[in-house]
Amino acid sequence: MALAQERVVPVLPALQPLVGPGLRRGATLAVVGSTSLVLALLAGASLAGSWVGVVGLPTLGLVAAAEMGVALDRLALVPHPGREWPTVTAALVDALDIVVVRPPPHARSGDARRLAARARERGAVLVIAAGGWPGPDIQLTVTAGEWAGLDSGAGHLRARRVAVQATGRRDAARPRHAWLWLPGPDGTVTTALPPGAAASRLVCSNQHIVATTAQETTHVAVAPTRSTAAHPVLGRGSSPPARARARAPA
Amino acid sequence: MPVRTMVVWCPHWPLTAAGVSPHVPAAVLVANRVIVSTPAARAEGVVRGTRKREAQSCCPGLVTLDHDPGRDARAFEPVVAAVEAFAPRVEVLSPGSCAFATRGPSRYFGGDEALARSVTAAVRAAGGEGCRVGVADGPFAAALAARTGRIVPPGATTAFLAPLPVHALARPELVDLLSRLGLHTLGDFAALPLADVMARFGPEGASAHRLAGGQDERPLATRVPPPDLVVQCELEPPAQRVDTAAFVAKMLADELHQRLVARGLACTRLLIEAETEHGEHLARLWRHEGALTPPAMAERVRWQFDGWLSGAADADVPTGGLALLRLVPDEVVPDDGRQLGFWGGVAEAGERAARALARVQGLLGPDGVVTAVLSGGRSPAEQVTLVPWGDVREPRSAPPRLPAPAPVLIPAPGPAPAPAPPTGPASAPAPAAGPPAPAAGPPAPAIPTATAPSGPGDSTPVPLGPSDPTTTPPATDVPAPRSRRGRSRPRRSLLGTARLRSREHHPPWPGRVPAPSPATVYAEPLPAEVVDAVGNPVAVTGRGHVTAAPARLAISGERWVDVVAWAGPWLVDERWWDNRAHQRRARFHLVTAAGVAALVGVTNGHWGVEAIYD
Repeated sequence: MALAQERVVPVLPALQPLVGPGLRRGATLAVVGSTSLVLALLAGASLAGSWVGVVGLPTLGLVAAAEMGVALDRLALVPHPGREWPTVTAALVDALDIVVVRPPPHARSGDARRLAARARERGAVLVIAAGGWPGPDIQLTVTAGEWAGLDSGAGHLRARRVAVQATGRRDAARPRHAWLWLPGPDGTVTTALPPGAAASRLVCSNQHIVATTAQETTHVAVAPTRSTAAHPVLGRGSSPPARARARAPA
Repeated sequence: MPVRTMVVWCPHWPLTAAGVSPHVPAAVLVANRVIVSTPAARAEGVVRGTRKREAQSCCPGLVTLDHDPGRDARAFEPVVAAVEAFAPRVEVLSPGSCAFATRGPSRYFGGDEALARSVTAAVRAAGGEGCRVGVADGPFAAALAARTGRIVPPGATTAFLAPLPVHALARPELVDLLSRLGLHTLGDFAALPLADVMARFGPEGASAHRLAGGQDERPLATRVPPPDLVVQCELEPPAQRVDTAAFVAKMLADELHQRLVARGLACTRLLIEAETEHGEHLARLWRHEGALTPPAMAERVRWQFDGWLSGAADADVPTGGLALLRLVPDEVVPDDGRQLGFWGGVAEAGERAARALARVQGLLGPDGVVTAVLSGGRSPAEQVTLVPWGDVREPRSAPPRLPAPAPVLIPAPGPAPAPAPPTGPASAPAPAAGPPAPAAGPPAPAIPTATAPSGPGDSTPVPLGPSDPTTTPPATDVPAPRSRRGRSRPRRSLLGTARLRSREHHPPWPGRVPAPSPATVYAEPLPAEVVDAVGNPVAVTGRGHVTAAPARLAISGERWVDVVAWAGPWLVDERWWDNRAHQRRARFHLVTAAGVAALVGVTNGHWGVEAIYD
């Protein structure tokens, strides 16, 4: 198969500053603090045609997975493996490119070692959706996050900016940090600027995201792509987009 | 000369098939009228053609059943199989009655009487309770003879038919006319000259005339018995180890494969059955989207025994060695080959994955491995259907928490679904308030009959009139202060392309939670408490107003966390036509001081966390 010959499993471009150009086959990753980040890791591989297995996550949001770009027809779920979870995970590691597992609490470290060795031998990527895994190659931890889109009583959750820290062994030993839109206002995962950065004008795809700095970090208004000046209502200057434009630094 | 025929008739078969005892007053209804009733019900005056209400007033304890021709036919299959033991070619006249030519069997079993006795005993043993058997020249006369359980001697059929009423012809219009002409018995009708009957009643009358005269020349439309593809092997001594059983399974699989290939068939669903020496019976069904090859079959047998013997599936662990192994091709299709991917790579990865997942199914059972299909719905949990791996990836047609509907006896004419307005992405003027528009138009009821056009979701939403203005403000009545603030325009540019695309595949669900979707979704909401700044519980009024701004949140009785941002309430009033599935719910987005965003809903004052955006 084409994918098996490649040495890495592809990831989304936004995650490359954290994990390198791709997920090295045979590696074990631990993701702590965010299920969305797990889905983002899967999305890159799934978009490239890989099969994905998920073991022991009965609460995984599958609509979110589909929005993130995971192909649901190549996503196999084993929601309740019970005490057979090492056997099930090993069976999937044998055949799939990337396998996510959430071990039960108090999992034996022998199981963990054996699974990591199995993944290394079979060239699959094992993603642990929990903390406490002994010695992952890379551990991604969400250290901070903030949501945009909510006003007191109005709006809805639209975009989230998170700080992700990658630590690990060998070449990943030096901690790396990145800010990500997870997801961004247009639903994609992209790199973000830190909230305190001076330049607050961000361009995501074809939409202008105008974010105010400092105190009002949670308020993100999105202006429509077409010109609003000609619009009889929006052009009056009382609407939030127009207001935001007026406040935006030139 | 008509073919000498035996008809096996099981009276009130639909009731027998439904498992109703003849001593219980019960009736099967179609279109509000009784079509068949038990002897106990007939004794109370419930006969064929009685209206449902009359029947229930005659017999208050009457059990009414829905007509299910599929069930009748399925239940009749063992009876037909029992009859096929006597004669190979059997015609099923209707579920509950079948016919076969008796010439050969009757000579073999020593006469019509002896054959009738044997057949009756066999059919009764196969579940055809109270069956009757009739023999006469021709199927028409034999069916009439079966009503009374008579064996008409050869050549006496005309005399047997002559005193019977013309109603036996089962042609209502002709019978009505014949009675008005004073012809009350088949003998009277048969006595008329054929030329006159032909001139007056046409070809249909002529054929009825021939039947009445015992000249039933119609040959039996017999069915060919289905080929027996089941392979089995008895193990002596019983196999104690998995690999022994797998070895035998390989042999059986090869044999089954040869039988299938000889008929140009491929097996897509295989039932593996095993019996232990202590008489325990183990069975599991395996599916495969392509054809199962002999090694694949043997592999599945091995996995299955692995699963059984390790007891992982928490099923009954066999206590003894395997004494019998049987492979039953449960579903076969014409073997027309399988098209693989052009480069082979993706197909190979898929095959590897399929093998691994089938292996896991062997450990955990078929439902242990699932794939997801997006389906219609408002909450994140409703928008996904999980189907077992290997099944057809089809979304479910009803919301998940809906209890199974009780059998509806009368297809009541429900409210006719009004044509839905075109709500495509291009024509979304969006007069509604927040982006999750309040569910003003509840979807049209999904009537379990075929009257309602039901989409992939449970139905198409219709703009409903003000059903109850105190509970659900209709969308058109939502005042437009937010529109004045220009919210409606930017909303369109906010909708990601993914969401627009999904709208093309599913009917719109007004009030659905907008993208981005939560990454952690609870099947059952976690109990929570939400209070305002002074500690009073937050509630949502009947008009959809929130009593106070949510200030603090506690999930599952844990410590309180401050709410720093919130949005809502978004009201849904779902399935109001169904008392058991009706739910009114108000949803909120809450962001806590810890940065956790949650989708929180309130129903009847009870708060619950439906999902976490983590």
